[in-house]
Amino acid sequence: MEARPKLHYPNGRGRMESVRWALAAAGVEFDEEFLETREQLHKLQKGKHLLFQQVPMVEIDGMKLVQTRSILHYIAENIDMYVEGTLDLLEMIITHPFLKPEDQQKEVVSMTQKAVIRYFPVFEKILRDHGQKFLVGNQLSLADVILLQTILALEEKVPNILAAFPHLQEFTVKISNVPTIKKFLEPGSKKKPPPDDVYVRTVYTIFAP
Amino acid sequence: MAGKPMLHYFNGRGRMESTRWLLAAAGVEFEEKLIESPEDLKKLVNEGSLMFQQVPMVEIDGMKLVQTRAILNYIATKYNLYGKDIKERALIDMYVEGVADLGEMILLLPVAPPGEKDAKLALIKEKTTNRYFPAFEKVLKSHGQDYLVGNKLSRADIHLVELIYYVEELDPSLIANFPLLKALKARVSSLPTVKKFLQPGSQRKPPLDQKTLEQGRKIFK
Repeated sequence: MEARPKLHYPNGRGRMESVRWALAAAGVEFDEEFLETREQLHKLQKGKHLLFQQVPMVEIDGMKLVQTRSILHYIAENIDMYVEGTLDLLEMIITHPFLKPEDQQKEVVSMTQKAVIRYFPVFEKILRDHGQKFLVGNQLSLADVILLQTILALEEKVPNILAAFPHLQEFTVKISNVPTIKKFLEPGSKKKPPPDDVYVRTVYTIFAP
Repeated sequence: MAGKPMLHYFNGRGRMESTRWLLAAAGVEFEEKLIESPEDLKKLVNEGSLMFQQVPMVEIDGMKLVQTRAILNYIATKYNLYGKDIKERALIDMYVEGVADLGEMILLLPVAPPGEKDAKLALIKEKTTNRYFPAFEKVLKSHGQDYLVGNKLSRADIHLVELIYYVEELDPSLIANFPLLKALKARVSSLPTVKKFLQPGSQRKPPLDQKTLEQGRKIFK
């Protein structure tokens, strides 16, 4: 039997968080080795564990997988248009803490506009048209998981962002209640808190040239 | 039976070129509807043809696919260029994403602010020489096979060779110390479908010139 997957990344959301969500939703238990210093990163690089010298890296089924999308694809079988679109929006959220303070507020406005004008209407319409609980194929898929992750992250910044989207509000409640996801949303899970100054500083310490 | 795939994009490489390469390499004939004005783009949006109001969009097998990666994933799967099982697919994904990271830097170079262009070009050369080319040379060396994954042509080889052509346009000397990459480039380039695509008169697009850049700016502002 295969050992549990092992995640290599700093102790924060960043580009690894969607992987944590996907594994949790799939009910797969995993271990984490947190990067805290530049020396740890160098050790991984020198030991030739990182194909492109970068993290995220996940040890799984005898492979050392890098590149977030390839990791997600391995876990979730299908990456499609919906996931790709949502990942575009998530990218803005991931990079937000690393913007200059004076740019951060502007970017929140920009993200909110993109979410409310471009992405949310699409998913609201899909849910309204088929009336089902899940976005695709009447069963939980990566698309549901990544969309929920994105909605919750945006709600942290803009609490009423779903005001005009009743089906997305219902979606949020229903998907949050899927047993594996409900467990991941409880305190003590491997879900990481919003990025704070400590996280930003750690990332600069490890990765800044 | 479905007709030929129809590609919706403007008349340049941009984010559609890797799809053109992949279809061509797979021997799939395709048509293109070029977006030449803001009105052309607006028409597509108003028709509801663009899920996120963006191109690339490819009409294929009764679908209007958007998001470059989703398009490429579909084509690669359909034409058996995506490995024989989930593990081969994972390796292909890893390699393809690495190619995409470097490709993205090259793609965005023409629109970098003038003061930053030199620095960005230097960074591309540095990453090519120190990170990406060595990684792929190492993969080829480790198994000694003709192709990156599973001893068989896959999308990873096609996307990487396309990237090598772009790197050479920026600086032909960068590939000098990577004999296995040179060999892969020669091998893939001489496949009949790819050879045809590389000849003048194919649907392959040239490097961005000032006129096309201005047109793109007008359409996509």
